[in-house]
Amino acid sequence: MNEKDELILLNSWASPFGARVRIAMAEKGINQYELREEDLFSMSPLLLKMNPVHRKVPVLIHNGKPICESMNIVQYIDEVAVFNGKPALLPPDPYSRSKARFWADFIDQKVYGTMRKITRNRGEEQVRAKEELIETLKVLERELGEKPYFGGEFGFVDIALVPFYSRFYAVETLGNFRIEAECPKLVAWARRCLLKETVSNSLPDPLKVYEWVLYVNDKFGIKQN
Amino acid sequence: MSEVKLFRTWSSPYALRIVWALELKGIDYETIFEDLSNKSQLLLQYNPVHKKVPVLVHNGKVISESLVIIEYIEDTWKDTPLLPEDPYERATARFWAKFNDDKLLPSIWQVFVTQGKEQEEAIPVATENLSFIEEDLKGKKFFGGQTIGLVDITIGWMANLISVFIEITGINLIDADKFPLLFGWMQNFSDVPVIKESWPPHDKLVIKFRAIRESYLSADVPK
Repeated sequence: MNEKDELILLNSWASPFGARVRIAMAEKGINQYELREEDLFSMSPLLLKMNPVHRKVPVLIHNGKPICESMNIVQYIDEVAVFNGKPALLPPDPYSRSKARFWADFIDQKVYGTMRKITRNRGEEQVRAKEELIETLKVLERELGEKPYFGGEFGFVDIALVPFYSRFYAVETLGNFRIEAECPKLVAWARRCLLKETVSNSLPDPLKVYEWVLYVNDKFGIKQN
Repeated sequence: MSEVKLFRTWSSPYALRIVWALELKGIDYETIFEDLSNKSQLLLQYNPVHKKVPVLVHNGKVISESLVIIEYIEDTWKDTPLLPEDPYERATARFWAKFNDDKLLPSIWQVFVTQGKEQEEAIPVATENLSFIEEDLKGKKFFGGQTIGLVDITIGWMANLISVFIEITGINLIDADKFPLLFGWMQNFSDVPVIKESWPPHDKLVIKFRAIRESYLSADVPK
């Protein structure tokens, strides 16, 4: 990858998946790219052309060719951007790589959907979703253990998870609970990640995310009470 | 000496792809069959998070989640690569493998475990997903090009189970006219010696999956 390469990232400012890619790009020292904001209620022809299968952000377009699915993009960036002094996002040895991929997949399976159930539902469904989320975060907390970051050094799994921290405020407010009370070590880890500029520059403001969640709920006719 | 153990069921599409990966690379391994209605203590110990098969144990190291396992196999044993060298083509292969697990397989499963109106609504979803991967076969014999790769072994369950589904439901989702490339691919894939040798027995599959469909139709099983 060099300066002549054309890089466009189709993103949406509130998307935790897009934030993953932004963090990865920053970590690999890739700052020369065009960040294009997509309106998810009115997708651009380019997005529909580049991701006809899922019609979602983020999409990285590298010299006209699309790469889709956030952790797939992160892995791609890791493989093409090999700069001196910049860290690898996935560790070199096969077993550590498999653990990183396992936990990234776990996060993909368990976090976003549950958070959405909390912000879009009330009553029994919300209670169940809250329990599920706390259980998931506790499993992750156990995996983190005493390490500063999931892989020892900041990397693949941290990138997969930390963008969801921007949603904690929305989820806590609409769910009326505090994640830090249940998972203090995980919240401490998130704050540690935020001390890195690559992370803090890539994550949206939690308050703005909360307003966005309310806006989307309203559009879907979900009542707030 | 390397010790490789694969915990699996005899019929699971997720397990078969691991068998194919190991066989294609000529890796010696031991199979431990699991009964999912009575999971072994060893399995629960090895995969406490998901409690599922397949699980690969290599010299005591445990790896679970089938696509993660295949990447591990690919990283560890370099013969007969399953992924292309070019990073963009690798990303594309990974994309289609995930697409199979996230969308394609579940949508075909949904047609299989429903009937009536529900099934009618499920068919166009499956058909759309099939048309996406039909596109990817243009100009290629296999998804991996001239030889089979990650996407072929991930989607390969279709070559095996579609005929079983047709026999049980009468519905053929991969019509030769509608999806000529996929139809041809299923035949080419099935003809690869390693694949041919590891097909689970057809009649046994029909019995098993017929029973599964019955249980979905007769009860309110959450899908």
